[in-house]
Amino acid sequence: MYDFDFAPVFQAWRLLAAGAWATVYISAISMALGLVFGIVLTAMRMAPVAALRSIAIGYIELIRNTPFLVQVFFIYFGMPELGLRLNAMEAAILTMTLNCSAYIAEIVRSGVESIRKGQIEAGRALGMSTPDVYRFIVFRPAIRAVYPSLCSQFILMMLNTSLVASISAQELTYAAQMIDNQTFRSFEVYFVLGAIYLILSQLFSLGLGLIGRTYFSYPTK
Amino acid sequence: MTTQNNTTIRMSAVNKWFGKMHVLRDIDLTVNKGEHLVLCGPSGSGKSTLIRCINALEEIQGGTIEVNGNQLGKKGANADHIRRDVGMVFQQFNLFPHLTVLQNCMLAPRRIHRISEAEARDKAMHFLEQVHIAEHGHKYPAQLSGGQQQRVAIARALCMGPQVMLFDEPTSALDPEMVKEVLDTMIGLADQGITMICVTHEMGFARAVAHRVIFMDRGEIIETAPPTEFFGTPRHDRTRAFLSQILNH
Repeated sequence: MYDFDFAPVFQAWRLLAAGAWATVYISAISMALGLVFGIVLTAMRMAPVAALRSIAIGYIELIRNTPFLVQVFFIYFGMPELGLRLNAMEAAILTMTLNCSAYIAEIVRSGVESIRKGQIEAGRALGMSTPDVYRFIVFRPAIRAVYPSLCSQFILMMLNTSLVASISAQELTYAAQMIDNQTFRSFEVYFVLGAIYLILSQLFSLGLGLIGRTYFSYPTK
Repeated sequence: MTTQNNTTIRMSAVNKWFGKMHVLRDIDLTVNKGEHLVLCGPSGSGKSTLIRCINALEEIQGGTIEVNGNQLGKKGANADHIRRDVGMVFQQFNLFPHLTVLQNCMLAPRRIHRISEAEARDKAMHFLEQVHIAEHGHKYPAQLSGGQQQRVAIARALCMGPQVMLFDEPTSALDPEMVKEVLDTMIGLADQGITMICVTHEMGFARAVAHRVIFMDRGEIIETAPPTEFFGTPRHDRTRAFLSQILNH
């Protein structure tokens, strides 16, 4: 019978804490940048200019139809050949941002499309410019409509950070692998690792829920 | 510039198609300052489309439209300019659900006229009081009844200081008991002398405020007459048929 011993795992708590922090850091930055870039992609995707639409569609399809791990490898190992040299952390954040923006763009687009035409017409009839109509009239209700999908995309993305351990970005999974190498307590290490991810995603859910209630909530029928 | 200062809207030979459907046929219409027009006709006759052309929510394929001396260009050029002089009230109210009543009224004046928040608030309160809904200024649209929402929509349009108000079936989406409060608001507005074009089937309203009633059918203006004449001695068969349908039930 295997003797469970979590002590060596807990002794390495500093490593885990640093890893967890790095995971939160990578995720939070990529979410923020991914949201901004995703909204830009949405705007391009819905633009009246065909060239912009094609670029956005091409980009979104490219990202959504290639594995995340391949994207990470491409940015970290491939791009230096073209002169773009990033450290593991930077490569991780860049890939996460590029990846999540494509998914966010599709989610945000469905939000924008859910807004009734009358809302846009009301803004136009008041003499507002198209950018103003989207910024002040469409944006909040559109995000509100897709906020749950947006949140699950964010959580999925946070969990995806575990893949950047493969380029030695020193996040949570990387820390766990280090502890495993030193202690050979694989079961305990990965059990605890799973638990930490679970806690992190709960915390993210709470935080995102709070943001949703603060900025994207208003009475509806 | 207009030659007659009294003319607010001039539509000449306006034609519009939705695909192959010819929805407006050679519309000629001149609306004078302070005039109140009621547009009626069977559904699909083009009356909503007609007023939506005036503020360029719909593009026209032929003819010209001039508002306050500004001609609406091809592909909606000059549209923003014209829209600032033309307020519109929609059948479905179209209030912005994420903004309070007050914010609904303040948004466009702040963005377009670049006035201060305090000034926008004062102006909004002024018009909200005029439509008797100021006490609900802090509420969101979903917390109001349909009639209240429509009155807010009227105030929101007035905040931009329009020369002309367009009403696109403003009472059609309302429960019957709320129709009166909206019509009363509109009658109040008419009494102040604002130019008004109203698409409606409320013939009582037409009798009370309209200077001219226009009957449309299949994209054409069939008959234009003052209300007494229009209801008393309609000239065209189609007008008579329409009136008998809506008045005898």
